Amino acid sequence: MNIANVKQKSLKQRKIKDNFMVGLLYLSTLIVITPLIIIISYVIYNGINALNWDFFVHELGSPTRAMQGRPTGLVHTILGTAVVDTLALLIALPVGVGSGILLSEYPDNKLNPALRIINDTLNGMPAILKGLLAFALIVKPMGTFSGLAGGVALAFVMIPIIARATESALMNIPWSIREAGLAIGLPRWRVIMSTVIPAAKTGLVTGFLIAFARAVGEAAPLMFTSFGNNYLPKHWTGMIFGPVDTLPQRLYSLAISPYKEWHAMGWAAGIILLVFVITLFIFARVLTAEKKYES
Amino acid sequence: MEKIPEKNKEIIIKNDSIDMANCPTCSTKVRIEAKNLTIKYGKEFGVKNVSVPIHDKNVTALIGPSGCGKTTFLRCLNRMHDLNKKVSISGQVLLDGQDIYDSKVNPVNIRRKIGMVFQKPTPFPTMSIYDNVVAGLKLVGIRNKSLLNEVCEKALTQAALFDEVKDRLKSPGGSLSGGQQQRLSIARALAIEPEVILMDEPTSSLDPKSTLKIEDLIFELKKNYSIVIVTHNLPQAARVSDCSIFMYLGELIEYGKTEKLFKNPSDKRTEEYITGKFG
Repeated sequence: MNIANVKQKSLKQRKIKDNFMVGLLYLSTLIVITPLIIIISYVIYNGINALNWDFFVHELGSPTRAMQGRPTGLVHTILGTAVVDTLALLIALPVGVGSGILLSEYPDNKLNPALRIINDTLNGMPAILKGLLAFALIVKPMGTFSGLAGGVALAFVMIPIIARATESALMNIPWSIREAGLAIGLPRWRVIMSTVIPAAKTGLVTGFLIAFARAVGEAAPLMFTSFGNNYLPKHWTGMIFGPVDTLPQRLYSLAISPYKEWHAMGWAAGIILLVFVITLFIFARVLTAEKKYES
Repeated sequence: MEKIPEKNKEIIIKNDSIDMANCPTCSTKVRIEAKNLTIKYGKEFGVKNVSVPIHDKNVTALIGPSGCGKTTFLRCLNRMHDLNKKVSISGQVLLDGQDIYDSKVNPVNIRRKIGMVFQKPTPFPTMSIYDNVVAGLKLVGIRNKSLLNEVCEKALTQAALFDEVKDRLKSPGGSLSGGQQQRLSIARALAIEPEVILMDEPTSSLDPKSTLKIEDLIFELKKNYSIVIVTHNLPQAARVSDCSIFMYLGELIEYGKTEKLFKNPSDKRTEEYITGKFG
């Protein structure tokens, strides 16, 4: 047998195998993308008609409003979502980033193994339980549902994701950067704040956005914390200290309502939520892409 | 193997027989003194019972085959092992007579006196050239612009980099070439005006031209600083250093004037290493 023939044959086989594997990869990508496209187009198809000017400037009110064709919308829901999600981010960022720094920068810390387990457990815990926790911590003592309670519940969703993202973003920064900082006589906290964190900025922001996008879509933890509200509170502080509407939870309650006008508004709320979440993820992608370009 | 000539026997210095105060090799005073220094990684020895003086206004080269403990020893001199809990250190490192491992001593203060340049250039990636150089001052609260400008220019000039970067001080430190980045790292170490500079194979990743510039720089710096340099490049050790320390398997084998150590080594292992028989 000629050695050249053997080589030729195996090369052909390899090419076929290679193409087959690449084909499988394309197929799995398609399987992942298809449901997403179906969901997005179905939501848009059902909700686009309810998306009009009124939708963005009026509050929902009672079901009769919609049934009598009076102007109705979800302005209070959109504003409420902004308030609750911002509160959640404000609570989750310091806690999540703090524990992420502890995990990455102080690997010898005795608390770290416990912290990791707690973090992973919290990450895997059903979101509704986080709602219950916030109910016990905030709603019960305050005696009322509130945007604050909703923010705390969503913070529990964000914290483990932010902590993990912070840890891995900081771990990606070469150890030599820290040593270089120490070698010019900087205290350790200063090295972390001024050299490690700025270097990891892109990774950190991406992680925050992913955590935020994840929490923005959660309805379960908000059911008995921020509760929901058909009206805009008289004063904006009512959104923090009183029951407040949020998109995912409003979407749910519109969907289970018996009014077909409200069903359409639910689909429209879905569009807003999808656009928001997709925008966040695209933003996160762009940031990561920039990082690759730099290096 | 030739027998070591009788007249060179005097420079054979065993660990325990070095007369620190009256070191025969150098006239300047002793700046750093390692005393029975032992460094362990877990249970493995990195450095075994090393005692050696480092003189002021002098270049001391640390030579020896890979894994002999040169870098481990060097990093010990400004407490760079502190972050690694697996490293245990016994013995003393005296800086002007004071033990830097004393519990009262703040490692930050030690590192401001004993600067370090690493094997690979390590510019802070998000900072400009200017900010990189003055990082050691700016980040501890020195805000005086004219002072910072002055320090920046002086350090960059000392590091033979100023002319190449003076028009783009605000561009990122990472935009420089490898050789320039290494000189930037040196400038950054000089900016805080340390008294001792430790260099861990500072030219190993550089081209001959940049290497030459850094060697020239070492000559310049030695007028004011005391320098310890780890190098695998024996001709370089011979060119730049006044004293040399030869280490092997964590032990100090020989210490003495570079010229003597290279021309008439007292220990067989030193001779074999220098002549390229192992290592």
